[in-house]
Amino acid sequence: MSSSHILSIVTFVYGLAAFLYLFECVFKKPSAGRMATVVAILGLVGNTAGIILRWVESYRMGIGHAPLSNLYESLVFFAWCIVLLHLFVEWKYKNRIIGLIGSFLAVGALAYASLKPSQIQPLIPALKSNWLIAHVFTCFIGYASFAIAFGISLLYLLRRFGGPAILERLPSDRLMDELTHQLVMFGFLFLSAGIITGAVWANSAWGRYWGWDPKETWSLVTWFVYATLLHARFMRGWHGNRIAILSIVGFLAVLFTYFGVNYLPGLHSYGAMGQ
Amino acid sequence: MRKTDASVGIWDTIWGFFASVRLTIILLLSLAATSIIGTFIPQNKQPMEYLQAFGEFGYRLLSALDFFDMYRSWWFRLLIILLVLNIIICSIERLASIGKILFVKKPQFRPGRFQKVKTRWTFDDERSPEKLHDLYAPVLKRKFGYTQTKTTDEGTYLFAEKWRWTRIGVYIVHFSIVVLLLGSLVGSIFGFEGFVNIPENETVDTIFLRQTGQSLKLPFAIRCDDFDVSFYANGAPKEFRSSLTVLENGQMALQKDIVVNDPLRYRGINVFQSSYGKMAPEDRHRHVEPPEEVELKVTEKATGRSLTRKVAIGTQFDLPGGSGQVKIAGFQEALTFGGQNLGPGLLVEISSPQGQAEQVLLPLHFPNFDKMRGGAFLFTILGQKTRDFKPEEEAERYYTGLQVTKDPGVPVVYTGFVSMIVGFIITFFMSHQTVCVILTAKGGQTHVAVTGIADRNKLGMERKTEQLSVRLQSL
Ligand code: HEM
Repeated sequence: MSSSHILSIVTFVYGLAAFLYLFECVFKKPSAGRMATVVAILGLVGNTAGIILRWVESYRMGIGHAPLSNLYESLVFFAWCIVLLHLFVEWKYKNRIIGLIGSFLAVGALAYASLKPSQIQPLIPALKSNWLIAHVFTCFIGYASFAIAFGISLLYLLRRFGGPAILERLPSDRLMDELTHQLVMFGFLFLSAGIITGAVWANSAWGRYWGWDPKETWSLVTWFVYATLLHARFMRGWHGNRIAILSIVGFLAVLFTYFGVNYLPGLHSYGAMGQ
Repeated sequence: MRKTDASVGIWDTIWGFFASVRLTIILLLSLAATSIIGTFIPQNKQPMEYLQAFGEFGYRLLSALDFFDMYRSWWFRLLIILLVLNIIICSIERLASIGKILFVKKPQFRPGRFQKVKTRWTFDDERSPEKLHDLYAPVLKRKFGYTQTKTTDEGTYLFAEKWRWTRIGVYIVHFSIVVLLLGSLVGSIFGFEGFVNIPENETVDTIFLRQTGQSLKLPFAIRCDDFDVSFYANGAPKEFRSSLTVLENGQMALQKDIVVNDPLRYRGINVFQSSYGKMAPEDRHRHVEPPEEVELKVTEKATGRSLTRKVAIGTQFDLPGGSGQVKIAGFQEALTFGGQNLGPGLLVEISSPQGQAEQVLLPLHFPNFDKMRGGAFLFTILGQKTRDFKPEEEAERYYTGLQVTKDPGVPVVYTGFVSMIVGFIITFFMSHQTVCVILTAKGGQTHVAVTGIADRNKLGMERKTEQLSVRLQSL
């Protein structure tokens, strides 16, 4: 069985976990919740196996490299980070709301990955660096953390502004607010580490640690948004809605950094500018 | 007096402006918003491209606002300078109070503060307050490191605290941002970023700066001994490799093969593999083959008698009238005459019976060239049969494209990186935690209340005090 087969099965395993988490939330069945956690763990094991197998496959093809080099591989790793983080927070806070959000996000990431070309490609010279691994690893842990914070903020605001009654089953406002804050701090640490490892890599490959290219700039924009959130909270005591909105804006910036930058007028699509 | 008052007022206002967190939030959001502009308008392109995209008016407007080089514009730099002032002045503002908190000989704990904490965990115990105190104190000491006891009329307060020093975490983070920006300033003043293309086997000691296009002489020369590019089966490039030699005063100082991600560093200057190309064909040394056959006409000027013959290199024949011999002695790729390159041609020797020899040049591209010589015999080229042109399988010649940079600010910037991460870990995941266990005697029993205060992560502190109360209750 090839790694891409395993990973498409994992998509369904995460889907099952998401369904069970939802079932627990709607029908208040703790047994469903426990099952959901077990299924999510199984999914994570499969996800890990898929990534490792893909790594091995690339070596068998004679172009061995860590599977972190294209959109497909990064989405698979993104799903892995999300589920790992959600299981950790679920265990730490003994609360399954995180699992609901995490498994839905993971299904989304893997479903999107399945639409992308999944062939293993050789590495172009610029990507042959150990800093690449450190860079992608830290960035995606950060992104995963922001993604879950985004999910919580979204549900929080939905409930505040008259979402369906079922949302009353979610944890208290205070806990959701606190979780958002903790996840943003965690994400911020890793985003910063991601920007830093990226800068060190750029310096070792091109002799400059910062060049204001669109991707770099957007990661900095994201950093500014979350830095705003942290100061508003630390120093001005912002809570609740306003923090939730900033966390959503921050995650939109993350998405743009991840996907949107490719559509910007760059060196090659210059002609489309200004029309 | 009034005047001084007014000026103090102004300074206070300015100071207050920079000491506010509202300014921080406004600056951070402005930086986020303006940074985006430069990702939608490609930076540092040719004016023509902008004119096409935005029209004349748009071009002038955006250009006046520096939007085509915005990350170096005065207003973007101003935002960054304001941010630095904001950080520094805020830090100074708080330094005194943070100093008082950090450098205390004997921490002061106010029971009143703990009375106000909303979440407290309580239980009753049969043992006396003194006994419980002696039981709890070592546990708290082990968990927190520092304990203090205070007895009042209301009861015994057992305080414990740890990680007081983590209050400097934020200052480390802010300090690291200042260091980072300082490092980039050092780089922009004392460093440069340039490029140069070196053909294989050639030596270069001058590069071109990226920003201005000006040339810059390096303190050493670089020779490209070899360049290689290899490809994967699917045609994508696999590796670019340049073998470089650094020459200092003509002496070989260093030799290294560089690939992308593995530069050569010498005397603070870094040389990176950045691009490559093939030398244009004009520049390549071209090989010209001698013709297979040339049809020559030789005319004796005095008599007008002529003969026509097909000749090749080495052919010999008699001149018309038998007054001597002609030998096609050789071929040259490039005949020169009066300093001019006449292209390929034949070397012809005429020898008279008396043994006198004369050399004649016959450029193949100029059939009537010999008229100029004014000799007794005139050579004219009527036609020639060239060999099928087969370019020699000559090795292709590449040039390597190198990025050459110097940035003495890098160590400073990296120091900023490291301290920022350290600062984050302290700020986000550690906090100055104080707990207070209140023991009050109540009708033969002791009422125990456990509360805690942390400067950050309040919810985490609540869980911590809960765990602590469970632990104490089990003793
Ligand atoms: C980017 C530029 C930044 C500026 C201009 C800035 C500015 C400020 C200012 C003016 C304050 C209030 C005064 C003070 O306590 O010193 C503050 C507080 C704070 N900043 Fe920043 N900051 C920046 C970056 C960051 C970053 C990246 C973090 C990430 C952790 C951070 C974390 C904090 C924290 C935790 C506080 C609260 C301090 C406290 O509780 O006493 N700052 N910042």
